[in-house]
Amino acid sequence: MSTSVLFDAPGPRGRIRNHALTVISVIAVGAVLYAVYRGFDNKGQFEGKIWQPFLQWETWDFYIIPGLIGTLQAAAVAAVLALAFGAIFGLARLSDHAWIRVPAGVVVEVFRAIPLLLLIFFIFYLAPMVGGGGDYAFMAVVVGLMLYNGSVLAEVVRAGVHAVPRGQSEAAYAVGMRKNQVMRLVLLPQAVTSMMPAIVSQLVVLLKDTALGYIIAYVDLLNTGFKILPARFFGSLIPAAIVIGIIYVALNMALSYLATWLERRSRRSRKTAARPVAAPGAAEVGVAAGQGTEGGGLAPDKPLE
Amino acid sequence: MDELIKYAPDLGLGFLENVKLSIVAAVASLILGTILLAMRVSPTPVLRAAGTFYVNVVRNTPLTLVLAFSALGLSDQLGLVFSETPLTNSFWIVAMGLSVYTAAFVCEALRAGVNTVPMGQAEAARAIGLTFMQSLTMIILPQAFRAVVAPLGSVMIAMIKNTTVATAGGFLADAAAVMKITFDQTGASIPIFLGIVVAFMVLTMPIGFFTGWLSRRLAVVR
Repeated sequence: MSTSVLFDAPGPRGRIRNHALTVISVIAVGAVLYAVYRGFDNKGQFEGKIWQPFLQWETWDFYIIPGLIGTLQAAAVAAVLALAFGAIFGLARLSDHAWIRVPAGVVVEVFRAIPLLLLIFFIFYLAPMVGGGGDYAFMAVVVGLMLYNGSVLAEVVRAGVHAVPRGQSEAAYAVGMRKNQVMRLVLLPQAVTSMMPAIVSQLVVLLKDTALGYIIAYVDLLNTGFKILPARFFGSLIPAAIVIGIIYVALNMALSYLATWLERRSRRSRKTAARPVAAPGAAEVGVAAGQGTEGGGLAPDKPLE
Repeated sequence: MDELIKYAPDLGLGFLENVKLSIVAAVASLILGTILLAMRVSPTPVLRAAGTFYVNVVRNTPLTLVLAFSALGLSDQLGLVFSETPLTNSFWIVAMGLSVYTAAFVCEALRAGVNTVPMGQAEAARAIGLTFMQSLTMIILPQAFRAVVAPLGSVMIAMIKNTTVATAGGFLADAAAVMKITFDQTGASIPIFLGIVVAFMVLTMPIGFFTGWLSRRLAVVR
């Protein structure tokens, strides 16, 4: 149902009413923006001097770009590991052998249920005890993100394979394929197509969650941009928040659009018999973008067609 | 195990703060999310644009940034103060940031719910002369809410787990902060970690099962 069905094409009186509502809402939105502007202005947040640092290349060179690289590095490494973790445990959960299926299920459910920050803290404190001194911030962020997002991706993989119509595997068995061949040649190629949007949405979540590294002092964009930079340029805290906020939003929206585009493409695709899999936790009606810090949740899985 | 018993009272108090944060944020984000949804499906383009802008910006910003900005920016720099007591103030700052963040996800879940309502329902509502607000509150929203009970449950579970990020908003009394302080003294302790994890699971699992049960019970037969 498209949203426009909620109201008729307005007649003369409706148009006048809508125009009036438009004017009122413009005034309301304007008033909110003006109040924010006044609040900022009263505290001198629009003085050129605190915005000045962002016009200099050195600021970007010393603070923002190294931070961005730190964020992207953690996200890239964690994404690769999470995809591997998700593939292994997702397939393990589909195994016919209970001694593989059950432990894999326990691991996935447990890591999905643990608040990510607690997991990162725990790894951060455990690592020096096991491996001796050193800086484990990067490792803690990456391993935490891998375990959590990998578990969510494992569910995506499972749902993706289940989304392939049963007739496909029955036909494959009927022509004499082995279990291994059915999975490798028939189910997975179709499942991957239908999983792509959900995987990309989960990667958005992963990228966003690298910001948790800020709390354990991992040198990411949030850390260099929001902690180190304002300490260097006194008073530039709010401009810094706005600048790095824009960078995060731009990065994530670009990935989200990729997810939406992939979803639209795979809906049209004739290469797979499976419908696109929704990201776990999203309503099944295709909320393309990932949920926030912790997308999934413990809600019992709905059978995804 | 001894460590868990020794520090259990502190950790319990910390966890209680998470529960309180969850309750405040659940109520506030459901209300705010519903308002945002009404804006996003309204006949007024300005409101639609404002709602869409809000959801897209907030949803793509890391929660850590939202909370850190609320505490350091809004509270310290711009003077948004809820209470003179620093701890109480940071509680409400975090509750606010968490609600603002979660509301975007509530709105998205509800919008997916509105999409499940068949076109004929809205057309019938219009045909009998209901206005936009009437058809929204009497026809569309009741069905939309029923369709998204389980996804809303997931959003709430995610929100409960997100209360641990309160540390980033300067609220140093929640379970995650207490655990960090304890670890500073004892080093990483597996019993303490597992204890807190189990506490969170005790809180989130029933919500998952309850909303799952509720969604099957309330499912609109079509």
